Amino acid sequence: MGIQEIQEGIVDEFSLFEDWMEKYEYMIGLGKSLPLIKEEYKTDDNIIKGCQSKVWVHAELNDDRLVFTADSDAIITKGIIAILIRAFSNQKPQDIIDADTAFIDEIGLKEHLSPTRANGLVSMIKQLKLYAIAYQTQLN
Amino acid sequence: MTETTLDIQKIRKDFPILNREVNGRPLVYFDNAATSQTPQQVIDVIVHYYQNYNANIHRGVHFLSQEATDAYEQARIKIQKHFNIGKSHEVIFTSGTTHAINLVANGFSGFLKSGDEILVSAMEHHSNIVPWQMLCERTGAQLKVIPMNQDGELVMDSYHNLLSNRTKLVFCNHVSNALGTINPIKKIIDAAHAVGAAVLVDGAQAAPHIKADVRALDVDFYTVSAHKVCGPTGVGVLYGKEEWLNKLPPYQGGGEMIAEVTFEKTTYADLPHKFEAGTPNIAGGIAFGAALDYMNSIGFEAIAAYEEELLHYATSELKKIEGLKIYGEASQKAAVVSFNIKGIHPYDIGTILDKLGIAVRTGHHCAQPIMDFYQIPGTVRASFSFYNTKAEIDALVAGVQKARNMLI
Repeated sequence: MGIQEIQEGIVDEFSLFEDWMEKYEYMIGLGKSLPLIKEEYKTDDNIIKGCQSKVWVHAELNDDRLVFTADSDAIITKGIIAILIRAFSNQKPQDIIDADTAFIDEIGLKEHLSPTRANGLVSMIKQLKLYAIAYQTQLN
Repeated sequence: MTETTLDIQKIRKDFPILNREVNGRPLVYFDNAATSQTPQQVIDVIVHYYQNYNANIHRGVHFLSQEATDAYEQARIKIQKHFNIGKSHEVIFTSGTTHAINLVANGFSGFLKSGDEILVSAMEHHSNIVPWQMLCERTGAQLKVIPMNQDGELVMDSYHNLLSNRTKLVFCNHVSNALGTINPIKKIIDAAHAVGAAVLVDGAQAAPHIKADVRALDVDFYTVSAHKVCGPTGVGVLYGKEEWLNKLPPYQGGGEMIAEVTFEKTTYADLPHKFEAGTPNIAGGIAFGAALDYMNSIGFEAIAAYEEELLHYATSELKKIEGLKIYGEASQKAAVVSFNIKGIHPYDIGTILDKLGIAVRTGHHCAQPIMDFYQIPGTVRASFSFYNTKAEIDALVAGVQKARNMLI
């Protein structure tokens, strides 16, 4: 499935929630079920520095697809990471570079992406794209 | 404990922002240690200034300039009286506490040499650590830390052991922003003076709760930010003993701080202007005075008593929540509760509380050494003011309980 389709799927899912609590409970659930990143990748080099919660991201190429694994010490942040991974992982680097992130706004999580929110998520998206650029250069 | 004599509902009407809704719920503002809210009386002073006598001060021959200068200087005198400062020129307007601390740290560059020591407390805000580290890098002096115990109190025995004739400066906050501890500054000052060291006390967190008497304390420097005491942001004060302020070199060059300028030599203006280069925050300074008037009209004794009532209520109610641990249980404490719930990141609790319209601070509160001491990533911090209510604390407790249920 392409990034666009996946994002539409996420937007559809989120449209079913009646209030913020359902939405956050869902995200907390996603956070709890996020596959764990290998301990060896939870290094300081892989930390995306946000002010409050720590976020680790690791990327590796599997054939022509870029696979992301990530973790955070805060569960809501982890839930959002799970959504981002669903949208961007296992895709071609060029598609990740080209993808827009408007769906975040559509599912009502824009507040988490405001740069002033200081939770590192803007940096996280930037980091995913930077990985994609790096691996795309390698593929070329 | 006796119930407050303050009419809290009447006081709340002075603060327009308290009528706001956040995420569809009435705002519960418990981030007072970060910044306090502003009453209409202070907002009116700012509006009145810009509508009626906005002009540059200390230099104009014209009517408005004189009016603005008078108002600004009256504010200086209000601040002087409030803190029982001996002379009005010992009140230096700054952009806030951080600016004031940097001014002193910069000034001490010329007084320190390798082998000298500066003591700072273990519970300082970053803004109180970094300037001293920079000062030590410039001068070769050494920074030493007064340790704290698990309750968040300074270990006074260790402090006494650290003091020596090498100690040139002691730096300590009056009240810790992260834990709420009220430090025994009188004892700290007296012991430092006994070895000939100067003392700078950061009063930013104390000012909303305690009316400090700088002459009784015999403190050398004391700093305050207006925005913690119902005033505007971007303005604060450095109090310094006259003898110290005369010794310190100017911090910034510019207009207003000079007596005479030629290309060969500049002579500096007298106190306080020597440290007040450039056009200051005039409306802010005037509003700072109005904010102190406002708080004094309510009365600091009544404020302190009521805030203590809120603190005790919040502490006992929060402690009923399973797994909740409070950080900082000093016997002398301002109205700040820093806490975590076992197994939950403070950021997650803060996010859920925000959804409920409750404003708290989460994170390390710019005091990472404290978080390292407790080996935690941060805390949730609720800080109370005299315009808060027990009903709001009930909302906080219910919110934390709800967050716990969702997150565990």
